Amino acid sequence: MEYKQTRQGYADALIELGKKNEKVLVLDADVAKATLTEQFEAVFPDRFFNCGVQEQNMLSAAAGLALEGFIPFASTFGVFATCRAGDQMRSSIAYPKLNVKIGVTHCGITTGGDGASHQSNEDIGMARTLPNMTVIVPGDYEESRLATHAAAKMHGPVYLRFGRDKYPVVPEIHGGFEIGKAKLIKEGSDITIITTGIMVSEGLQAADLLEKKGYSTRVLHMPTIKPLDESAIIKAAKETKGIVTAEEHSILAGLGEAVAAVVSENHPCPVHRVGVMDTFGESGQSQELMDLYGLRAKDIVEKAIKILE
Amino acid sequence: MLNLKKHEFLKNKAREVRKEIVSMVHRANSGHVGGSLGAADILTALYYHVMQHDPKKPEWEERDRFILSKGHCTPVIYAVLADCGYFPKVDLLEFRRPGSHLQGHPYQPKTPGIDACTGTLGIGISTGVGMALGAKLKKQDQYYYILCGDGEIQEGQVWEAAMFANKYKLDNVIGFVDRNYLQTDGYSEKVMPLDPLVPKWESFGWKVFEIDGHDFEVIIDTIEKAKKEDKPVMIIANTTKGKGVSFMEGKAEWHGKPPAEDDFERAMQELG
Ligand SMILES: Cc1ncc(C[n+]2csc(CCOP(=O)(O)OP(=O)(O)O)c2C)c(N)n1
Ligand SMILES: [Mg+2]
Repeated sequence: MEYKQTRQGYADALIELGKKNEKVLVLDADVAKATLTEQFEAVFPDRFFNCGVQEQNMLSAAAGLALEGFIPFASTFGVFATCRAGDQMRSSIAYPKLNVKIGVTHCGITTGGDGASHQSNEDIGMARTLPNMTVIVPGDYEESRLATHAAAKMHGPVYLRFGRDKYPVVPEIHGGFEIGKAKLIKEGSDITIITTGIMVSEGLQAADLLEKKGYSTRVLHMPTIKPLDESAIIKAAKETKGIVTAEEHSILAGLGEAVAAVVSENHPCPVHRVGVMDTFGESGQSQELMDLYGLRAKDIVEKAIKILE
Repeated sequence: MLNLKKHEFLKNKAREVRKEIVSMVHRANSGHVGGSLGAADILTALYYHVMQHDPKKPEWEERDRFILSKGHCTPVIYAVLADCGYFPKVDLLEFRRPGSHLQGHPYQPKTPGIDACTGTLGIGISTGVGMALGAKLKKQDQYYYILCGDGEIQEGQVWEAAMFANKYKLDNVIGFVDRNYLQTDGYSEKVMPLDPLVPKWESFGWKVFEIDGHDFEVIIDTIEKAKKEDKPVMIIANTTKGKGVSFMEGKAEWHGKPPAEDDFERAMQELG
């Protein structure tokens, strides 16, 4: 399997966008080496603004630039955009519905060694509860690149979520990106796995394991958390016996709860969530943390079997 | 005045601390070596000479406190706390490992001797001034030492804390800015200019000293002077990031890069 950084997809897309549209600006808050926006800076030094360690000022200043007609991509770690600068995201960007793109990296448990202080397992919830905010959680390098282009194309605030590590390249999700559309990447009629972000590869592996046990398994990949592709979810609820959601995020307020709400209001069926339990993370290597925090194919299979048996 | 013996003792301690820093980050293959090495002399002066503390009684209410507001520099505080005896030195082997109390960033509920959770830059100084106010309310008489990074003080929250400490006349607060002119993305005056720092802090109502952050005599003398002030004190400590390992000194790249095998060996050789 090939592995690539999702944040590299973001950085590559920024440079491509920069070449096409001179209104595209990039801001960072002293983590340009980590978000990889330093690559944009190298090509477009005059359109890159390092704000220093100032996430709050950066997000409201980005709002100001959007008011002047620019398309600012403001970058930092997920935890600092949503937690440190949550008010700026809400009041300066989401409320006036400004054309600011918030591109964040080092999200989820795979942030690794830095530990709980840097592992944002809550940011999807914080972003998706803001009215007007579009929330995208791409699954691999290529989808990250495409999602960044799609975000630039639409007018309005977008939260783009990337990780730190290298993650499996998943060809099944390549070939196009439409905001708000789920990708049906495997047909099945017994059970549905809905994935977002890097959990897509675990979801596909889980489907293989379930097929071996004789269960026809559907995999629906949902890189857009908001607006949610409700019709794809309702279809899965109607056509299969239940749904397992998988996200590298808290089981609270993320994909799982969003799916469960749609299902229970439209076509109730069992929905089980795979994600980080309601607990802070800890230091460790990203892959061992995926094991320790129950974010593996086997964890998805376990929940699926619970529904099926 | 420090006598020669004490001076030698501190120098030696700082050298041991630096070796431990490099080893920990190398072993974990993750962590912040540059800012830890640069702050080693300040922490050595504090823990081995200045501060009133007792490793056997980490919960002693009237102990002096130290808050590592630049929370990424856990290697230096863990090395010092282990050497002082707050927890066994073998724990250092588990730095940044799952299940270890030695997390990437300070976790006060678990680590003996860690006085506040930090890691998000800017929060430590606010927690520190809150603790210092608490001590005053309880009529306790101890000092709160707070170490900020220079990049860190770009955060607005730091200046909110500065106003608060001035308003409540927190003369039990002695802060440091680890002025190494470097942060993640490079030279601080290019990333987000901070100079002139002395009048900035003065205008916020703090007494300010500017010193060499590697000179034990000066560090200790300045703290003695700071204690005589009737307002919060900020010590701008001019330091060299990566101090003690020649090829790391003054290099932004060693902010968060773990030393590979050959770098590790060279560093340990230099540190003796
Ligand atoms: C609020 C916040 N934003 C960003 C970071 C990421 N970060 C960790 S260390 C660092 C640079 C710190 O530089 P400085 O304060 O000068 O520390 P030193 O040079 O002493 O290592 C940054 C931006 C963080 N930990 N917290
Ligand atoms: Mg610095």
